Amino acid sequence: MIAVQQASAPPDPLSVPTNAPEHCPGTESDLAGKADACAGCPNQEVCASGKAKGPDPALPFVTERMASVKRKILILSGKGGVGKSTFTAQLGWAFAADDDLQTGIMDVDICGPSIPTIFGIASEQVHSSSSGWSPVYVQDNLGVMSVGFMLPSSKDAVMWRGPKKNGLISQFLKDVDWGTLDYLLVDTPPGTSDEHLSIVSYLKESGIDGAVVITTPQEVALQDVRREIDFCRKVGIKVIGLVENMSGFVCPNCKNETQIFKPSTGGGRRLAEDMGVEFLGAVPLDPRIGKSADYGISFLDEYPDSPATTAYLDIIEKIKYQLGD
Amino acid sequence: MASSIQETPVSRRLKNVKHIIIVCSGKGGVGKSSVSTQLALSLRGSSPTNKVGILDIDLTGPSIPRMLGLDGHPVHQSSDGWVPVYADGEERRLCCMSVGFLLKKKEDSVVWRGPKKNGMIRQFLSDVRWGDLDYLVIDTPPGTSDEHLSLLEHLAPVHSKLSAVIVTTPQAVALLDAMKCLSFTRATNLPVLGLIENMSGYVCPCCGEVSNVFSTGGGEEMAKREGLKFLGSLPVDTELVTLLDAAEGDHSSNAGVDESTKGFGLWERYQKTPTAPLFSKIVEKIEVPLRAES
Repeated sequence: MIAVQQASAPPDPLSVPTNAPEHCPGTESDLAGKADACAGCPNQEVCASGKAKGPDPALPFVTERMASVKRKILILSGKGGVGKSTFTAQLGWAFAADDDLQTGIMDVDICGPSIPTIFGIASEQVHSSSSGWSPVYVQDNLGVMSVGFMLPSSKDAVMWRGPKKNGLISQFLKDVDWGTLDYLLVDTPPGTSDEHLSIVSYLKESGIDGAVVITTPQEVALQDVRREIDFCRKVGIKVIGLVENMSGFVCPNCKNETQIFKPSTGGGRRLAEDMGVEFLGAVPLDPRIGKSADYGISFLDEYPDSPATTAYLDIIEKIKYQLGD
Repeated sequence: MASSIQETPVSRRLKNVKHIIIVCSGKGGVGKSSVSTQLALSLRGSSPTNKVGILDIDLTGPSIPRMLGLDGHPVHQSSDGWVPVYADGEERRLCCMSVGFLLKKKEDSVVWRGPKKNGMIRQFLSDVRWGDLDYLVIDTPPGTSDEHLSLLEHLAPVHSKLSAVIVTTPQAVALLDAMKCLSFTRATNLPVLGLIENMSGYVCPCCGEVSNVFSTGGGEEMAKREGLKFLGSLPVDTELVTLLDAAEGDHSSNAGVDESTKGFGLWERYQKTPTAPLFSKIVEKIEVPLRAES
């Protein structure tokens, strides 16, 4: 891969790989240049020689671009559908409520980008200028980048294997004109795979300030979250804390609180204790949260009286405190 | 016809599997694993002779072992390949394979890039002693990426046996991803049996009021729009959540306590949940066209 300093046009995610074969094992693989799929690839020789195994040539450009970003925070969870994107959005809105702060949101969930919908900007497109791709701005001080802006229609599926996803993530970091940011929030897909490894390795030099891990109370989700925390330890990312989402539901009719997802093994609080990470708080399930996300409006601004809003704001305060801001 | 299909280790291994049902959804946490588990349980229960396998290819977040109450079970190696883990003890009509069985500690993370995942999936299909199965249910991770592409690639020689069930929740954000999943099945020529809307409404246990926690009806609408069969909607069922979350399995009693009884505790408890009768209707809609086919 050749790193170009000049911004290239936003890629079309539906195109066939530019010059990597369908089953490219990835340049950092031991099989690089030696796998069956490599036969006939124009890069085969470079890969087989081991030159490609060195540091990614994009790295210096990423570091340069990230030099003007003060805080880089990852939003993680091993499990899907626990509210990573929703939480990322609330965090973004809460930071952006301060006019003096510049916040950027980067959605590295390539196969299931939800951030554009949650911010109500799903129909926007990415424009490129001489200084790079411009993020889509929700408001003056809140810029967003997602693969969702690059698809011809929201129906289109991005069927990519790892190496192509990694390529796009590196472009999100080096080719997007983020400008000077106080916070860059990175929303990730579920799991512990290519996207996570890539973001960690690309940001290694620039430094990641920490990760906020999201869970729901039931053991099936906690199992995956334990793995995610294990992943953070393996790659050396500081866990800012754990947020328990969908914790309890208040019936709008009888006002009684019930547990939809029962914390059969003690929920997020126990997990945080067991694994020695900070428990940031529990956000109750409020049907209006999901609805706000569907309509692309800020839940915090729309329903300031909801107990969920109080919980969110309290958690955000704690995150700021943990970061020392 | 069989001679025209290219033989691979995967096709040889799956020769005696009648139908392969892939459970997918673009979005995570919509209940793929819970639907897969229920599907496997119900297909097994729908006839006294049905044999069902369940393969969990969510490599970085395997949930099936927990849901079947098989957490911490080791996988045995035999001269004929890996022996899947049986969930119903002596009856041996429900077997399961997941990366969860291969981990030493439950908090161990599997941090793998695509090529390693590809290799694991190939092994799951070609090295596991699946034997004779009426149905093999495959639970997939969210998205449309490495795992899905690898799965379909390895299953290409048995493509005529494949079909998919799409799971979604009713809110727009999830439907959007379900749509991507549908585009994926179209691009890969995978027949879709239908769509299930999960977490559609929650009945308050105190007053019986139905709250649409994640909105409602979106799945049915999408099915209509896209010309898919709508298989049914399932409400949020706390009893089911609790059952699958804390399933303790029967392996502890395998030592001989109730070996004589034909009981399969999880199935019996499952049938008592409010979801079970709803799901049996879904299974009917899935089984009928498949039976007609064979």
